[in-house]
Amino acid sequence: MTQIYAYIPFKNGSAEDVALEYPAAAKKIDAAAMLTAVVTGSGAELDSVATEMSKIYEQVIKVDNQALAYPNAEVVRKALVNIIPKDAILLVAHTTFGMDIAPGLSVKMDAAYAADIVDFEGIEGTRLKMVRQELGGAVSTHVTADISAGAVITIRPGAFAPVDGGAANGTITDKSADAGDLASTRKFLEVVEAEVGDVDITKSDVLVSIGRGIEEQENIELAQELATAMNAVVSCSRPIVDAKWLEKSRQVGTSGQTVKPKVYMAMGISGSFQHLGGLKGNPFIVAVNKNPKAPIFQVADVGIVTDILEFMPELTEAISSL
Amino acid sequence: MEILVCVKRVPDTAENEFELNGAGNDLDRDDLVYSVNEWDNYAVEEAIQMVDKMGGSVTVVTVGDDESEEILRREMAMGANNGVLLSDDAFEGSDGKGIATILKAEIEKGSYDLILTGAQADEGAGQVGGMVAAMLDYPYASLVNKIDVMDDKKIKVGREIEGGNQEMNEISLPCVLSIQTGINEPRYVGIRGIRKVSSVEIPVKSASDLGLDAASVGSAGAKTRRVDYFVPDMGEGAEMLEGSTEEIIAKLIEKLKAKGGL
Ligand SMILES: Cc1cc2nc3c(=O)[nH]c(=O)nc-3n(C[C@H](O)[C@H](O)[C@H](O)COP(=O)(O)OP(=O)(O)OC[C@H]3O[C@@H](n4cnc5c(N)ncnc54)[C@H](O)[C@@H]3O)c2cc1C
Ligand SMILES: Nc1ncnc2c1ncn2[C@@H]1O[C@H](COP(=O)(O)O)[C@@H](O)[C@H]1O
Repeated sequence: MTQIYAYIPFKNGSAEDVALEYPAAAKKIDAAAMLTAVVTGSGAELDSVATEMSKIYEQVIKVDNQALAYPNAEVVRKALVNIIPKDAILLVAHTTFGMDIAPGLSVKMDAAYAADIVDFEGIEGTRLKMVRQELGGAVSTHVTADISAGAVITIRPGAFAPVDGGAANGTITDKSADAGDLASTRKFLEVVEAEVGDVDITKSDVLVSIGRGIEEQENIELAQELATAMNAVVSCSRPIVDAKWLEKSRQVGTSGQTVKPKVYMAMGISGSFQHLGGLKGNPFIVAVNKNPKAPIFQVADVGIVTDILEFMPELTEAISSL
Repeated sequence: MEILVCVKRVPDTAENEFELNGAGNDLDRDDLVYSVNEWDNYAVEEAIQMVDKMGGSVTVVTVGDDESEEILRREMAMGANNGVLLSDDAFEGSDGKGIATILKAEIEKGSYDLILTGAQADEGAGQVGGMVAAMLDYPYASLVNKIDVMDDKKIKVGREIEGGNQEMNEISLPCVLSIQTGINEPRYVGIRGIRKVSSVEIPVKSASDLGLDAASVGSAGAKTRRVDYFVPDMGEGAEMLEGSTEEIIAKLIEKLKAKGGL
C-alpha cells in the first residue's frame, strides 16, 4: 500500500492552510493510500498543532525537540530522514521552507524528487504521473517519477481543494526518540520583519498594478496618473521592486503583500503563481498584456491584448473626462 | 574567497510567445530567444562584488550544449574570471539530481569556499542548489538576499521568506547558497564587454573528464522525467475585449463601473 506522509508547516500554534490541502493531493496520488501527518517542533505549540491535525488525519506523528522550535531546514531534514520510511512519499508545501528543505532531503533519502506539483494523475506501475508548470506558468508539463524507492514532492499551496477538517479522531504517535542527532552547521538567528512603507496597498479597493511590461522607470508615471484618475493606488510585481523603482511595500505576492481589492488592474504582469499568491478575495481582474498567451489571461476576468504604454494614457484620459 | 557560480541558459520569458512543437513533446524551439537565467545574474553579481572586496576569483559553470558557451562569456564579461562548460551527449535528459551530480563532480575538482546558484530557473524547480549541497554534505540556504562574511569560516546570510520577511542564519563555509533576485543590481553588459572576452578559452569537460559513470546521469539516471508539454484547459479564461481602442475603453469603463472600480 502506498504510504504518504505530509509535513505540516505552522505558525503561532496553528497549521498553515496547506494542511487541509494535502489530503486531496494524497487522494489523487492513490485513493487507497495511508496518509500520515508529520509535525515537528517543540512544547505546547507542537502539541496544539498535533491535536489540531488529529481532527483531520487518522495518523499523526509528532517529533518534539528544542532544536526544532524554529523550523531550520537543515535540522528538520535530519529528523525527517530518520522518521520517514525509505519507500514512502513525502509531501511538503512549495513555500520558502519547502524549497529550502525538500531537494536536499530527497538526496539524503535517495528518493525521487518533483517540485511545485499542481496536480497528480495517479500511479502506473512504479511511476507516479504529475502536472507542473514551467516558464513562469506559460506552459504545463506532465512528469513521471519512479517512486519505487520513495519520493519527496513539493505541492503548490492553493492548487488542491481544501478538505473540511474536524471529523477524524486520529492517533498521535510520539517519535521524538527517533529523531537522531540534530546538530547543525546552520544556525538560525532571527526573523527580521519587512519594512512598512509610506503607502498601504492592502487598504485600497482598487489597485493599478504594474509589472515588467512598464519597461522603464519613467513610465511609472503613466500608471500613477491612471491610479489618480481611478482613485486607486499603484502596486507592482517583484521585478519592479528588484529594480528599486518602487518600494517593497508596494509588491503584491507571496514574498510581498497579500491584498484583497475589489478591482485589480494587472498591467504588463505575466501572472506567475508567486504574484497571484498575494491576490485574495476573488477581485475583478483586468489584465492588459501585449502577449495574448500570457498566463494572466487564464485567471483574469477581462483581458486586453495591447501595449500598456499606449493604453494607460488613453484610459486615463477617458476616465478623467467622465 | 574562491567562488563557483552555477548558471543556466534558458528561454527568455519576456521575449517569447511559447508554442508547442507538432508532436507536443517539446516547445517549438526554432525561434526561441535564450538568455542567462534571471536569478543567475544576481548570483554572479554577488560573487563579483564579494571578490572585489575580499580577493579571490569567480568561476562560472554550466551544464549544457555548445550554445551554452555564450552565457558563460556573458557572465565573464560581467567580471567572472573563469568559465567551464560541462557538456556530453550522456548528460542529455538529466533530471535535477543528474545536473547536481555533474556539478558536484566539477566542484570536487576545485577547492571552492562558496558555491552559488540561482533560486530557480526556467523549470521553476529550485532544486539543483539544495541537491548539490546535500551530495557534498555542505550546509545550504535557499533564497538568499543578503550575505555578510564574518570570517573565513563563517558567513551570515539572510533568506527571504513569506511576506518579504528575512530569516537570518549563520552558516559555516564551505557552503552552497541559492540567490534570490533583488539582492543586488546586476551590472549591465554591453557589446564591448562581450567582445573583450570573445577569444578567452573556455574548457569543455565530458563525463569521462569528470569521472562520471554515464549511467548515473542523463536520461539513463533520471528518476524524474518530463513526458510532454501541454497547454492547460483552464476553463473559460478572461473575456477578451476587442475592437478599436475607443470601443475597448468604453466596454472596460462599463465593467469597471459595475464592479466598483470607478
Ligand atoms: C520564492 C519566490 C518568491 C517570489 N515572490 C514574488 C512576489 O511576491 N511577487 C511577484 O510579483 N513575483 C514574485 N516572484 C517572482 C515571480 O516568479 C515572477 O518572476 C514575477 O512575478 C514576474 O513579474 P512580471 O509578471 O512583472 O514579469 P514578467 O514575467 O517578465 O512579465 C512581464 C509581462 O509584461 C508583458 N509586457 C511586456 N511589455 C509590455 C507592454 N509594453 N505592454 C503590455 N504588456 C507588456 C509581457 O508580455 C509579460 O507577460 C517570486 C519568485 C520566487 C522564486
Ligand atoms: N544545467 C545547469 N547548469 C548549471 N547550473 C544549473 C543548471 N540547471 C540549474 N542550475 C543551477 O541551479 C539553479 C536552480 O535551477 P533549478 O533547480 O533548475 O530550478 C539555477 O539558477 C542554476 O544556478
